[in-house]
Amino acid sequence: MKPAPFRYHAPRSRADLLALLAELDDSRLLAGGQSLVPLLNLRLAGPANLIDLNTVPGLDGIEMHGDTLRIGAMARQRTAEHSSLIKMRCPLLAEALGHVGHQQTRNRGTIGGSIAHMDPTAELPVVASVMDATLWLDSTRGTRSLPFADWSAGYLATQIAPDEVLTRIEFPCWPAGHGWGFAEVTRRGGGFAMVAAAALVLRDAAGAIARAAIAIGGLGATAVRGTAAEALLIGHAPGDAPISDAAASAASLPAESDIYAPSDYKQHLAGVLTERTLLQAIQRSGTHV
Amino acid sequence: MSERIAISVTVNGVVRQAEVEPRLNLADFLRDHLRLTGTHIGCEHGVCGACTILFDGATARSCLMFAVQADGHAVTTIEGVASPDGTLHPIQAALSAHHGLQCGYCTPGVVITLLELQRERDGTPIQETELRHALSGHLCRCTGYQGIVDAALDVL
Repeated sequence: MKPAPFRYHAPRSRADLLALLAELDDSRLLAGGQSLVPLLNLRLAGPANLIDLNTVPGLDGIEMHGDTLRIGAMARQRTAEHSSLIKMRCPLLAEALGHVGHQQTRNRGTIGGSIAHMDPTAELPVVASVMDATLWLDSTRGTRSLPFADWSAGYLATQIAPDEVLTRIEFPCWPAGHGWGFAEVTRRGGGFAMVAAAALVLRDAAGAIARAAIAIGGLGATAVRGTAAEALLIGHAPGDAPISDAAASAASLPAESDIYAPSDYKQHLAGVLTERTLLQAIQRSGTHV
Repeated sequence: MSERIAISVTVNGVVRQAEVEPRLNLADFLRDHLRLTGTHIGCEHGVCGACTILFDGATARSCLMFAVQADGHAVTTIEGVASPDGTLHPIQAALSAHHGLQCGYCTPGVVITLLELQRERDGTPIQETELRHALSGHLCRCTGYQGIVDAALDVL
C-alpha cells in the first residue's frame, strides 16, 4: 500500500463528474494515471479525493470537425497514435505520440492527462503549442476554452480551476501537403526528453515557405514558440531557407537549468533540434495545392 | 479512512471477488490478495515494466492502476499464459531456448508484452527495431536483451 488514503469516486456520467468537482475539496482527477499514480505512490501527491474519469462515458472521441481535429481528453495515447484519421490529418501528433513513454504506458495514458499534467519535458504540450491547440474546460459554472499559449500557470500547473475538468483538445489541422518534424534528445529511449522540438512548414504554389511554426519543450515550465525563427523562414524557397539562422534564433530562447542539463546545453539542443525538425518538415512538405 | 469497496475482477478467466481499500494498487491486489505472485514489482512507478499485465487485452502497468479500477474488467497475468497442463506458451519456450532470461524478474512482463505484440502483428513478421522499441518499456539487468530479442524474433 503505497499511496496515502483517499476517497475514491467513480462518476458514471458527465453531470455526476461536474457535481463531484463542484462539491469536493482537495480532489484530483485520475485519467490514465501514468503520471499521477507515480506521484501518489511516492507520496508527492496526497489528495483527499480521487475522481476517476475512466468511468465517465463519452470523453474519448477522436473526430474531425471541419479542419479541426477534436480529441476527447480521455482518448488513449496509443489509440490516437494508431488512428488513421490522425495519421492522415495531423501526422505530427501521431509521430510525437510514438515518443511518449512506452507502448505499455500509452495504452493507459491519455491525451488530456498529459496536457493537464504539463510535465515540462512532455511531448504533447510541444505539439499543442506548435499547432495552436485550444483546450476546452467544463464545470457546473459552464464551458470555456483557452488557447494553449495561455494554458501554463508555472511548473506543473495550468489555468484549470479546482472545479473544472479538461474535456477535449482541438488541433487546427494544417492543409494537405504540409511538412512536419519532431525530434527530441533523451537520456534513454522512451525516457523523459531533455529538450524536444516540433516544426510545421507549408509551401505556396511557387514552392516558397508560406507558413512555419516551431515549438520547443523542456527549456522552462511550458513549451514555447520560436516566433522569431518562424518569421525568418517565410518567403524563402526550401533550398535557400535560412535554417541555421532559425536554429540560432531558437538557441537564444531563455532556458532554465535542471538536474539533467544546464541552461546553455538546453539552448544548444534547442538549436540542433530546430534545425533537425525544420529540415525534416521541409523535406516532407509538398507545394500547396 | 478504511473505506472498502467491493470489486469483481476476471483474472485469467476466473471471476474473483474482494473488498479492497481504494489505494490498493492492482499489482499488490494480484500478489497479496490473490497470491498470484508471478506478477513482479520492481520500481512501483511505471518505469521498469516488471508488473506489466493485460488489462482488457492491452498491456498496462499494474503498479499504476488501483484494484478498484479493475472492477468489471478482465486481467491476464503470467499465470494465465501457459496451458493448464504446464506446457509452455511458444513465447515462453522461445525465451527458454534462447537464454532470454536469467534471474527471471523481468520475464513475466516481457512475456505479456510479447503476447500483445503477437496478437497485434497477427502473423506479420516484426522488424528488430520495432521489436526493440516495444521492449524498451522493460528493464532487464541480466540478458543484455539479446536473448530476449532473439527469442521474440523466433516466434513473432
